[in-house]
Amino acid sequence: MSTSDSSPPDGAAADGPVPDRRPLIVFAWVWVGAPLAYGLYELVQKATQLFTG
Amino acid sequence: MSPPVAPPGWSRWLVPPAALSVHLSIGQAYAWSVFKPSLESALDLSGTQSALPFQLGIVMLGLSAAFGGTLVERNGPRWAMTVALICFSSGFLLSALGAATEQYWLIVFGYGFVGGIGLGIGYISPVSTLIKWFPDRPGMATGIAIMGFGGGALIASPWSAQMLESFGSDSSGIALAFLVHGLTYAVFMSLGVFLVRVPRPAKTAADGTPAPLEGVQVSASSAVRTPQFWLLWIVLCMNVTAGIGILEKAAPMITDFFADTSTPVSVSAAAGFVALLSAANMAGRIGWSSTSDLIGRKNIYRVYLGVGALMYALIAWVGDSSKPVFIIAALVILSFYGGGFATVPAYLKDLFGTYQVGAIHGRLLTAWSTAGVLGPLIVNWIADRQEEAGKSGASLYGLSLVIMIGLLVVGFIANELVRPVDARHHVPAQKEAADVHE
Repeated sequence: MSTSDSSPPDGAAADGPVPDRRPLIVFAWVWVGAPLAYGLYELVQKATQLFTG
Repeated sequence: MSPPVAPPGWSRWLVPPAALSVHLSIGQAYAWSVFKPSLESALDLSGTQSALPFQLGIVMLGLSAAFGGTLVERNGPRWAMTVALICFSSGFLLSALGAATEQYWLIVFGYGFVGGIGLGIGYISPVSTLIKWFPDRPGMATGIAIMGFGGGALIASPWSAQMLESFGSDSSGIALAFLVHGLTYAVFMSLGVFLVRVPRPAKTAADGTPAPLEGVQVSASSAVRTPQFWLLWIVLCMNVTAGIGILEKAAPMITDFFADTSTPVSVSAAAGFVALLSAANMAGRIGWSSTSDLIGRKNIYRVYLGVGALMYALIAWVGDSSKPVFIIAALVILSFYGGGFATVPAYLKDLFGTYQVGAIHGRLLTAWSTAGVLGPLIVNWIADRQEEAGKSGASLYGLSLVIMIGLLVVGFIANELVRPVDARHHVPAQKEAADVHE
């Protein structure tokens, strides 16, 4: 994620110091990524039955 | 309610997880079948009755997306995600009450009607916002969100099954499972409400007034009067019909197809096939949609519809002589099915601009509702008739495959006829700038 990726498309710049939002980004992606990983794990378990079942 | 405008330095990479938190939740709809056997035995229902909440939910998805699109566009994504959260979670809570009191109509009303409104509003809630944040990669951005709708079923399916196993499959167990679903989804979706932001509108350097949007812009009410909208409606409807025909009947289809061969497919292997199709559906949403940013929207639909027709022809030609060919072709078709869903918002953006793309997308989703009825109807009706005629194995599906090829060819032709929107439908720059700033 480059610096340009962190700015709104209109390129508006901050007047003061911009808070570091990396922890929030990590938290947000883990929030949605963890259940998705669980779903994918369950899917792989089932899909292997196609070749072993 | 004013749309939540991003503060300076707000990362656009916070918007896809906001969208995913909603889509991963409402994607639960595809896992409704987990509840069917328990409901049927606990409340003494037929298969048709137990399917009713899901069917009503999908109908309400199409209707609320079509009629609520303009409201979503006007009030912004946070309002839409809040409505989706309240309706989707309330749907489960009402269903919990219905199961606890053994009042099935309350489950139909709760999950189907109230929850269905949450499905439709939630589905379109992040689309136009993502396109505005990722003008350089709109296909990828909407692909991430709409991938979540496929992923939601992957999560909900084992999760719901485990819950029914723990709580029991009687009416009180089902009620408890619905209650936990409602509360969990409310918490999970709240991330979207909390994080979603719209980018600040660009201002002209001279006087600070809002600058008009770049490129062609068409309002939702004008868009439905253009041939481009209806051609895309046909494209989406044909693509979804062809995919959903396989998806809805995947397990019995692969079992029937190879029943008369030396390598029949067991029930557990058929479940594995269904799981692989879900993976292909989800991968296609992000993979093909991102590819459309590189090769263009019209070209990617040529692939979905043209290569999709060839894959159906391959299945019809090879028949039951090769299981790998059947599986690979079905996976490719399902990846195109998912890709078609995820790419269509970017196609709409290319044709009609970002001005009211969410509302236009909502109206286009009526093609999905139509296809949801057409696809299963064609495959099931023909298979039943062939069975009555004494046929078995792959020959049960021969005619369905030919019809699917025909539908995809119709979609291919419709895609070829898509041209840029005539200038008389464009929104004047002053009006769009004023509306964007409202």
